[in-house]
Amino acid sequence: MSDTEPSKIDHEKSDPPEKRATRVDKGATAAGQSSVPFERPQLLTTDARIKKDIRFRRMCIITACTSILILAFLLGSILTAGIPTLSWTLLTGSPEPEPENAGLWPALMGTLWVCAMCSLLTLPLGIGTAILIEEFTPRNKVAKKIFNLIQLNITNLAGVPSVVYGILGLTAFVSMFSLFDKSENSLGPTFEVGAVYYDQFSNLASDPFVDTGGADVPERFFLLPVESRNAASVVPRTGMLAYENGESGLTQVDIIAIDPLSEQPSTDPDQLSRTIDNQSTPGRISENQWYYLRLPFGRGVIAGALTLMLVILPVIIISTQEALRAVPATLREAALGLGSTPWQVVWNVTLPSAVPGIMTGSILAISRAVGETAPILIIAGIVYIRSAPQHLMDDYTVMPLQIYNWTSRPQEEFHNIAAGGIVVLLAILLSFNAVAVLIRHRMQNKLQ
Amino acid sequence: MSNAVNPAPKATSPPLRAKPTPKLPSHVSEMKTEENNTGVACNAIEMQDLCSWYGNFQALKSISLNVQKNKVTAFIGPSGCGKSTLLRWVNRMNDTIHTARATGSLHMGTLDVLANTTDVVDLRRNVGIVFQKPNPFPKSIFENVAFGPRLHMKLRRSELIDIVEWSLRKAAVWDEVKDRLHAPALGLSGGQQQRLCIARTIAVGPEILLMDEPCSALDPGSTLAIEELMNELRKQYTIVIVTHNMQQASRCSDETAFFFEGELVEMNKTQSIFTNPNNKRTEDYISGRFG
Amino acid sequence: MSSAVNGNRALQELEQQVQTLLHRDRRNLTMVRLREKGIFVGLIGCGLFSLLITVAIVFVLASETVTFFQFPEVTLSNFFLSTDWTPLLGDTKSFGIWALISGTFLVTAIAMLFALPLGLVTAVYLSEYAPRRVRNTLKPVLEILAGIPTVVYGFFALMTITPFLQWCYSGFNVYNTMSAGIAVGILCFPTVCSLAEDALQAVPTRLRDGAFGLGGTRFDATVRVIIPAALSGIISAFLLAIARAIGETMIVALAAGSRAQVTLNPGEEAQTMTGYMVQIAGGDVSNFGIEYYSMYAVAFTLFAITLSLTIVGNHIRRKYRETYD
Repeated sequence: MSDTEPSKIDHEKSDPPEKRATRVDKGATAAGQSSVPFERPQLLTTDARIKKDIRFRRMCIITACTSILILAFLLGSILTAGIPTLSWTLLTGSPEPEPENAGLWPALMGTLWVCAMCSLLTLPLGIGTAILIEEFTPRNKVAKKIFNLIQLNITNLAGVPSVVYGILGLTAFVSMFSLFDKSENSLGPTFEVGAVYYDQFSNLASDPFVDTGGADVPERFFLLPVESRNAASVVPRTGMLAYENGESGLTQVDIIAIDPLSEQPSTDPDQLSRTIDNQSTPGRISENQWYYLRLPFGRGVIAGALTLMLVILPVIIISTQEALRAVPATLREAALGLGSTPWQVVWNVTLPSAVPGIMTGSILAISRAVGETAPILIIAGIVYIRSAPQHLMDDYTVMPLQIYNWTSRPQEEFHNIAAGGIVVLLAILLSFNAVAVLIRHRMQNKLQ
Repeated sequence: MSNAVNPAPKATSPPLRAKPTPKLPSHVSEMKTEENNTGVACNAIEMQDLCSWYGNFQALKSISLNVQKNKVTAFIGPSGCGKSTLLRWVNRMNDTIHTARATGSLHMGTLDVLANTTDVVDLRRNVGIVFQKPNPFPKSIFENVAFGPRLHMKLRRSELIDIVEWSLRKAAVWDEVKDRLHAPALGLSGGQQQRLCIARTIAVGPEILLMDEPCSALDPGSTLAIEELMNELRKQYTIVIVTHNMQQASRCSDETAFFFEGELVEMNKTQSIFTNPNNKRTEDYISGRFG
Repeated sequence: MSSAVNGNRALQELEQQVQTLLHRDRRNLTMVRLREKGIFVGLIGCGLFSLLITVAIVFVLASETVTFFQFPEVTLSNFFLSTDWTPLLGDTKSFGIWALISGTFLVTAIAMLFALPLGLVTAVYLSEYAPRRVRNTLKPVLEILAGIPTVVYGFFALMTITPFLQWCYSGFNVYNTMSAGIAVGILCFPTVCSLAEDALQAVPTRLRDGAFGLGGTRFDATVRVIIPAALSGIISAFLLAIARAIGETMIVALAAGSRAQVTLNPGEEAQTMTGYMVQIAGGDVSNFGIEYYSMYAVAFTLFAITLSLTIVGNHIRRKYRETYD
């Protein structure tokens, strides 16, 4: 009896609990039946307590198993629905309205753009804040109070629901507090850089009333530059600067502008294909450079990245703080003792030692940004996006949003491709996790 | 036998430190000229009524003492008597402890160490410190020693290599590491790590070396090596060592100060402290009655 | 012998050379110090940015909420006292926040019913009973669970839990708070578990050894000594999990339905605060209409509730933490 007792305390004991339970039970019956003279009666109460302990342990194991089972069930149900729908179309297609053609490409690229931008913005800010709090703690009482406030604020920010950050992003980044909406024109942004506007004309080929003399004229479109988004339409004249949007970008074209009501167009097919009706109404289109910038940001990539930054900033700060705290103080003292300034200590000693920890935390935070749906849904809404974003102000959608979109539709087929999308998303996140675990593992090995 | 035992080549070398060098920081050069003019050993550190607190706890009570130049001064006393605190005030390492503050005066030449305006970075260049536990950076041996010079001087690669070799030789660890300068410093033994830390400290070119129980985490062999090293270094540096080990203090120091509960009980030539202490408490402590 | 002399001479040269190097002009500290100041100012900027976020949240939510209450259709008494939330009905708009709050609390209560006991028991198992091997496998599994995006849980709730519930009992609506609550519970489980486990681990081994030394079983030690010692950490874990459940959005948007009503029947649909915000943001209501601003009022309420829970949780953890040093 007494020799089974210490085994309860042993952590590493690998006996299955059932086996040990029966052993104790046997011991109990033996103690009850054979009246060994020096067996003390107190042991009976011990016995009941041990039984309780065993029951509790069993309950614990059952609970832990249940949680594993739920996870397995969750993954299983998604994998069985999702894996059959995995296809090249799903990865590289755009989200067409027919489920069999629908794909994730724009969402995939949107996630890449938004999360890459978000990490670029958040990492310096987050790591900087953590360094400030951990390494530059002031001696001054007032400054100390401010630091405590910042620290408290970060812990509280970590608990703010992400949907609230979405609301903040909607006001602060998408509409920028309506600061730029004072102009009368509500169609476009107030301020922009890197956009060129064109009026688009088609040639006469599309006009059924023009006599082309029986020649087969292909339809062509010509772009005539205009000054700004709101400039008046161009009236085309022969010899004006005009471009055609071809395979290799814009090529300059000599256009011929006529009034088809009063003039007879040339019958030469080449000339005819370059002829524009100078009375026609053009369409205004814009070509945006990669550095295109507008204020307010609108529903562009940058607004999404900034909003996700708000969501993961506290996470990155807190994990970086932990990584910095794990660097032994003796290293800092050594560097200080050699006459380093505080920043030299941080840059040469503390940061290099904390890099693995910071990377692990950052990867986990970024994977949270990848999976975050609510704030993006609030600021970007559900829009039909057919192509990957081209610049920072471009409209975008992200993978979880696309999955949400598909899940909330009534058709069964969309649910299946949503499951396929989830499988892709989980694969990405799991690879992130694996990298983080790998780094952590290496770090632990190094420390040992 | 370690190479540090034979002092012959260094004994013949001219006392380079005594050469007046006008480019040194003001307080340091002043100390030098003073010594040159008078020919008498002068004080490297002078303390008057130094008191120190951690929060509300008074760790040092009105300490007044002088540390002589180019001598080894040992601070002894039981744990918690304030000797390490005092040592850490000399190069203001206590600044890292937020509750620590001090009153009184602590001067090095004309420099008021405790003044708010004192540049601690500059101060710590001139007052190096070696800690209780060897704490090399998790970098290569070379990078460890090169760390300080890189911070403070613009050096060519060859000059940096010279400084590293010189420092490692001074710290009597060159022969053991010269073939693996780019191996991680954490792979060295404890004693080698501690000597590496000493090399790292002297590579900056300090005047004063503070040693905070440098041997307490080491085995006897390494301790012996460090003590021999201190014997070598005293020729060029003013050394202040905090130690628990009274044999160590008696073996390698010129002056000894005994502290008890934040007070300086007695300070004297090491020999007289250990053979003929003036104070009863000193006698009790060194004869092993307490502490 | 001669090589030793050469060696000595080389050493002397080295000594001379290094001494001149060490006595050369040291790098001027002015630039270093200037850079130091610049970097410090930059870091302060980073720190202040996080404060700015909080200020911006409060400012944006408060000012837009004020705009909301300036609409003639909205009254404070209607907002705080009514239980009808019908902002999208043309003529009979009513903005009674209690309808949304009750939906939120129903989902949260169901979620906590699952997450808190299961999380605590699993934490106790992991911390006190589990062999190291089991612990080392279970902890990463929990981390993976915590890393799964919430939209996946939403999909799971709608596609797996709801059909299962309907199979069990036909009274369940397609959208129901039960399934959303269970999914939120699964979502919060890892949070509860790992925070509670941290709290239990923080109890020093001395206390355990003390309990064992007095002849206690592991159960006695856990229930009588360790859990009471870790209670503040456990309670704060619970509060943080509740805050997380209240703020959870995608699961309820997908599985809990979009009819705001006060109900205790977990089989019926009920809209939550977050669900309403998603409905407005994802739907096509006109910007700057009354529905749009109602979203801010709801967000403000949500923010106030979760922030107070977080603050109380952190306060409990900090204030009532037992320290053993």
